[in-house]
Amino acid sequence: MARTAVVKGKIPPWASNHAEISRRRLGNGSTWFDPVREEALRRFEALGLPTTRREEYRFTNLAPLGRVDFRRAEGVKAPIETERIEKLLFGDRAAVELVFVNGVLDEALSSRGDLADGAVVMPLSTAIRERREGVEEHLGRHIGMETNFFAALNTAILDDGLFLHLPDRCILEKPVHVLFHTTTVDQPIAGHPRNLLIANRGSAAVVIESYAGEGETPYWTNAATEAVVGEGSRLTHYKQQLESENAFHISALDVTQSASSRFVTFSISFGASIARSDIRIDLDGEAIESDMNGLFLARGDQHVDHHTTMNHAGPRCESREFYKGILAGRAKGVFTGRIVVCKDAQKTNAFQANRNLLLSDDAAIHTQPQLEILADDVKCSHGATVGRLDEEALFYFRSRGIDPEEAEKMLIGAFAGEVVEKIDLPLLRERVAALVSARLAGGATGKETA
Amino acid sequence: MLNIKNLKVRIEGKEILKGIDLSIEAGEVHAIMGPNGSGKSTLANVLAGRAEYEITGGEILFEGKDLTVLAPEERAREGIFLAFQYPVEIPGVSTSYFLKTALNSIREHRGEVELDAFDFLALAKEKMKSLHMDEALLHRSVNEGFSGGEKKKNEVFQMAMLDPKLAILDETDSGLDIDALRIVADGVQQLRDEKRAILVVTHYQRLLDHIVPDVVHVLSGGRIVKSGDPDLAKKLEKEGYGWLLEESGAVAGGGN
Repeated sequence: MARTAVVKGKIPPWASNHAEISRRRLGNGSTWFDPVREEALRRFEALGLPTTRREEYRFTNLAPLGRVDFRRAEGVKAPIETERIEKLLFGDRAAVELVFVNGVLDEALSSRGDLADGAVVMPLSTAIRERREGVEEHLGRHIGMETNFFAALNTAILDDGLFLHLPDRCILEKPVHVLFHTTTVDQPIAGHPRNLLIANRGSAAVVIESYAGEGETPYWTNAATEAVVGEGSRLTHYKQQLESENAFHISALDVTQSASSRFVTFSISFGASIARSDIRIDLDGEAIESDMNGLFLARGDQHVDHHTTMNHAGPRCESREFYKGILAGRAKGVFTGRIVVCKDAQKTNAFQANRNLLLSDDAAIHTQPQLEILADDVKCSHGATVGRLDEEALFYFRSRGIDPEEAEKMLIGAFAGEVVEKIDLPLLRERVAALVSARLAGGATGKETA
Repeated sequence: MLNIKNLKVRIEGKEILKGIDLSIEAGEVHAIMGPNGSGKSTLANVLAGRAEYEITGGEILFEGKDLTVLAPEERAREGIFLAFQYPVEIPGVSTSYFLKTALNSIREHRGEVELDAFDFLALAKEKMKSLHMDEALLHRSVNEGFSGGEKKKNEVFQMAMLDPKLAILDETDSGLDIDALRIVADGVQQLRDEKRAILVVTHYQRLLDHIVPDVVHVLSGGRIVKSGDPDLAKKLEKEGYGWLLEESGAVAGGGN
């Protein structure tokens, strides 16, 4: 297939320069880290920015990124609105909370509670400099640098982020929260947050990644997370994307699961002018359970794209994928759900659903399941729907005295609720529900912006 | 309370109501009967303000005011309630949330204070008790997965909560077994008082054994062809509509 061939795109002029700065700063001379970065550098230079001629980017034009002269976000000083950041914090409801403002850890906003014995939670930069255990074995080993320009670029530049390492049977009761906040200056800035999560055998934790930003100037967050979910362990991962609507948000999540493990990820995507998330889970063992959930809301001219892959390599695994999208104004959504069932992955159960609600005539969604099934004893189901608000339901509300605007809000809230209620953390669930309501009150129906 | 004069209604270019005259006073219960396709449900839905119907002639006055210029929600706030023939399922919206929003919209319009969650629940429980309905319904999504009987009971419960001046029941008896029919009918009977008017649209007479109307109208071919006392309903049950259609000169199939 000619379409899937990698077509070399442009390389942003600033990229190598940013990587060079990073080289001087982090791991310079390290016998294990330097080769990882050199490889990443080669990869992103070989790949170049993807164009819409590449199948995986057919509906998402990222060419605008190549035209902006981004300055490195790390260390850019800007007045921060502490109040806005504090609203996103979990405080003592989190075991550890790391807050990075423009790529640099903000000690004052971060906090650290009691951790279970042996659990390691620290900035990734510290882990790279001060320890090799876990980080040397896994950093850059799970991310899809072969084909993903952005993941390679992230690895070559590698801004700070969360490093989590749970020893065998270590269980964290409270969630670990990492917040990346971007405060813009006059010039566009770009940051490359990087996280590494390692859950050894029989351990359990909940991790929340939050991305937020403010300001009129465009900025770019190019995030990447690798997660290693050891045998019998249980990792729950939430990602809140609440960037400014002038921002670009690109992210990669690559997960490797071992036998009998359970991984749940949740993508909540409300912000950014263009958002693209690549999520790949490798079910690399027997009897693995994996859940991929998502909720995206877009309005105005927002563009939101999720490109997911559930790769069943081992037998007797079960995966469930459930994404919902709500699109208003001229917003565009893209959802690609790939399910791969390898030859040896017999008795696979894979379920996928993507449901979308379009609130205006100009909103659009491209949704496509992609199934590649090489085993013969497999249960696989998928379904995609695109609908509008039910007129009959609206009339029912109105016939009871409820304003049509209120009725729409309640119906949209109910549509989102089916995903929101899957969030197991009450505080996060409440916040996401409140964000959905606030979004609706602020004209998610797109009438103001259409 | 309700005065309909020479009402003509079209849907998708087809004339369904061809000149209806109907007058209902407070305290009265009127039944509208008629064969399938006679326009009974159209009349009920036009009163509630369903948009797809086009009024091409005549007038509808509710308490002296022109009803046709009001949006459905405004009619509800003025005191009109339609019990749906096919109540809509609303997954993800609990009955209590739905009804509290509705009730407070109506209370606000009446100049009454909003009910908070506590007061709302107390009122809802009181109404449920008198209607012999299960409180669990409040926490379930509106009509989702309800049996036909449960849906109709929920309509009557909503009616009791919203306390309308004019209640319209559109084929509320269809799809009900005897027990459900009795609960629904008893509920409607409880709401019968001198301030409220009730319009019962039905194909069968059996509901009218429980809710004995003051007047029975027969609708056929888009017109009221006969009005009379409850005995008229009994006669229709026994003898069908044929004799009436002949007598009135409206030939069978006149609805087309």
